[in-house]
Amino acid sequence: MSLAELMIAVMWAGLTAYVLLGGADFGGGFWDLLAGGTRKGAEQRDLINHSIGPVWEANHVWLIFVIVLCWTGFPEVFAAVSSTMYIPLTLVALGIIARGAAFAFRKASTELGHRRVYGFAFALSSVLTPFFLGTVAGGIASGRTPAGIAAGELVGSWVNPTSALGGVLAVAIAAYLAAVFLCADARREGADALAETFRRKALGTAAVTGAVALGGIAVLHADAPRLYAGLVGKGLPLILVSVLGGVASLALLVRRRYLPSRVAAAVAVAALLWGWAVAQYPLVLLPDTTIEEAAAQPAVLRVSLVVTLVGAVLLLPSLWWMFSLFQRVQPHSTGRGTSLSE
Amino acid sequence: MTGSPATELLAEAASPADLVAARIQMALSLGWHIVIACFGVGMPAITVFAEWRGNRTGDEVYRLLAQRWAKAMGVLFAVGAVSGTILSFEMGVLWPGMMDTYGQVIGLPFTLEGFAFFIEAIFLGIYLYAWDRLSPRVHVLTGIPVCVAGVASAFFVVTANAWMNQPRGFDLENGRVVQVEPWAAMFNPAAWPQTVHMIIAAFMVAGFGMAAVYAAALLRGRRDRYHRLGFLIPFTVGAVLTPVQIGVGDWAAKFLAENQPIKLAAIEGVHETARNVPLHVGGIYQQGEMRYAFEIPNGLSLLAHWTPNGRILGLAEAAAENRPPVNIVHWSFQIMVAIGFGLLLLGIWCGLVWWRRRSFPRNRVFLALATAAGFAAPLALEFGWITTEVGRQPWIVWGRMRTAEAVTPVPGLYGGLIAVAVVYLVMTVATIYVLRRLARAPLAPQEHDEEHA
Repeated sequence: MSLAELMIAVMWAGLTAYVLLGGADFGGGFWDLLAGGTRKGAEQRDLINHSIGPVWEANHVWLIFVIVLCWTGFPEVFAAVSSTMYIPLTLVALGIIARGAAFAFRKASTELGHRRVYGFAFALSSVLTPFFLGTVAGGIASGRTPAGIAAGELVGSWVNPTSALGGVLAVAIAAYLAAVFLCADARREGADALAETFRRKALGTAAVTGAVALGGIAVLHADAPRLYAGLVGKGLPLILVSVLGGVASLALLVRRRYLPSRVAAAVAVAALLWGWAVAQYPLVLLPDTTIEEAAAQPAVLRVSLVVTLVGAVLLLPSLWWMFSLFQRVQPHSTGRGTSLSE
Repeated sequence: MTGSPATELLAEAASPADLVAARIQMALSLGWHIVIACFGVGMPAITVFAEWRGNRTGDEVYRLLAQRWAKAMGVLFAVGAVSGTILSFEMGVLWPGMMDTYGQVIGLPFTLEGFAFFIEAIFLGIYLYAWDRLSPRVHVLTGIPVCVAGVASAFFVVTANAWMNQPRGFDLENGRVVQVEPWAAMFNPAAWPQTVHMIIAAFMVAGFGMAAVYAAALLRGRRDRYHRLGFLIPFTVGAVLTPVQIGVGDWAAKFLAENQPIKLAAIEGVHETARNVPLHVGGIYQQGEMRYAFEIPNGLSLLAHWTPNGRILGLAEAAAENRPPVNIVHWSFQIMVAIGFGLLLLGIWCGLVWWRRRSFPRNRVFLALATAAGFAAPLALEFGWITTEVGRQPWIVWGRMRTAEAVTPVPGLYGGLIAVAVVYLVMTVATIYVLRRLARAPLAPQEHDEEHA
């Protein structure tokens, strides 16, 4: 494996973490939006708030990490994508502001009216942000962001069938991951009825996500033939792993085995992402920019990889501690069961 | 794949008007972010100190202050994190020309900053939400990585900005960078004066900003111990650092005299290279001349070189199209320095009274000025930042790449600017409103409080 390949693999690992963890937080916003009226949805919103409150800041940092590794390791790619995708990326940026700020403001507000407004801003931007990110992914995957500054179409690069598929799939995946993750959270907190609610949602979104992904094959066949060829060619084993993961997570949900179902769902989503990467390998931008050509100087790649390795030694135990700290039922309190009955 | 003819036509060149839009958008988002980021750098240390004192003395007032500050920190960190993320988008969306060529040269400090920010986010999540889950001793310890990572973030990100002033660690070959040395780029000569100046500024903004909240309350007659301590702890931080900052500022100015003389010439409005150059206070630069300024004879030569006949390079040394806009830079610098000395006097006043009476001045004038200091310190920060950024123009990478070469050729940047401006306006109003509410609410940031809120 060359330095450039290692670098893009590290970037892709960061992207996977963002899609799984940050994606689940976006999905939390999706369910917040659909939770229903203030009183009816209170229980669900409480659980979502409680689950993502302590971790969403950290989950969000994966995105910054991926962006920075991109401009360090593949500066041309970063410049090409961000200039051609000016419009959807500006919308993503606005969505990230609205979402993060509104979530924090809602938590700090006490008046119902304000909480409603902030909650709506949080929930709506939680749906729009992954959608626009998905359109960017679709534009890259279908070869609409060629190398060069603003060399692609300003509008057509993200308004096209593959981008639409990417956007819808991103929202569906976020909702699916969140529903699966929240099942286990609800049960751990002793809110069994709520766990059932999210189990139904998880089963529903699993079906929808699977259908969108399968239906998407036809879209790719027509709109992104090179990606399609890669997905049914060298990417096929990973696509099959993804399908298996999805089916397994469904089966485990049916049997109410929520923790293993989480793992299966994560495998399904991660395999899809890596399937895309393998399908497109060795190109980083279609039609002909390879990973090696677009990579930064070897000295830059080497330093970045060493720094990332050292950083990971600090980061991973910290992350592990944070997640385990908040996954435990609180020792000094009465647990979530009572406060949920509010 | 090529763009449609229409896109190509539009993409031919960014009009000067669009360059202005991109610069305003960057100035707005960065100017907004740095004030919030200062609280992210300075506030954790002040908060952790109060919590530590509370744990050691068993004094509930300290603990209550720490919990209140932690809650505000949570809100500020959230808006700081999102406004910082936007900047990483804007680097590519607005300045693809710079990132295409130099992204790899300045990638290292940003990667390091990414890790520092990550650690900060993780431990801040723990610090804010685990008051009930950890023992007081362990809890206060979880605040330490937040403090360290905050300062480290500021250090790393400012080294990248310093690189834009003193680009090092690469060669150019046919417009592509070769021989990149990431560490040499990061530890460029401007890195130390700029990072130290910025980190101290961050603590001053946080210190005076936090103190102002309590100064305003003291002014309204709430003189209990809670408000007195809430004022005294952060104000001391700001006041003690002010003279240090003035010294560091002098170091930074001497650095300019040596390494970026055109920027110093713009700051002082010096047109012709000369010796025995006076220091200009106020004044307007017109047709190569500083008019209506109060002059301190030999002042600039003395300050820059420690000798009255020190030689100062003038703006005339640079071609007209390579000179920064003098009046903006000159006045921004003047205001920053004026505020700095104002804060110094305020700190001396407080220190003298403390020395005589073991308590800080309680009169209305002092408290009103201390409240104003909470706004003045971030203002000085903004003007300092305008000095360094506008003083680098027309270069985005000093001497290497013009800002006009870095900007995206995409049309319609005004649309993006308007959208971003509206979002920032809403976010500013909401942040101030939420912080004001937090300052009034009599509670500590416990997990269960938030659920019942």
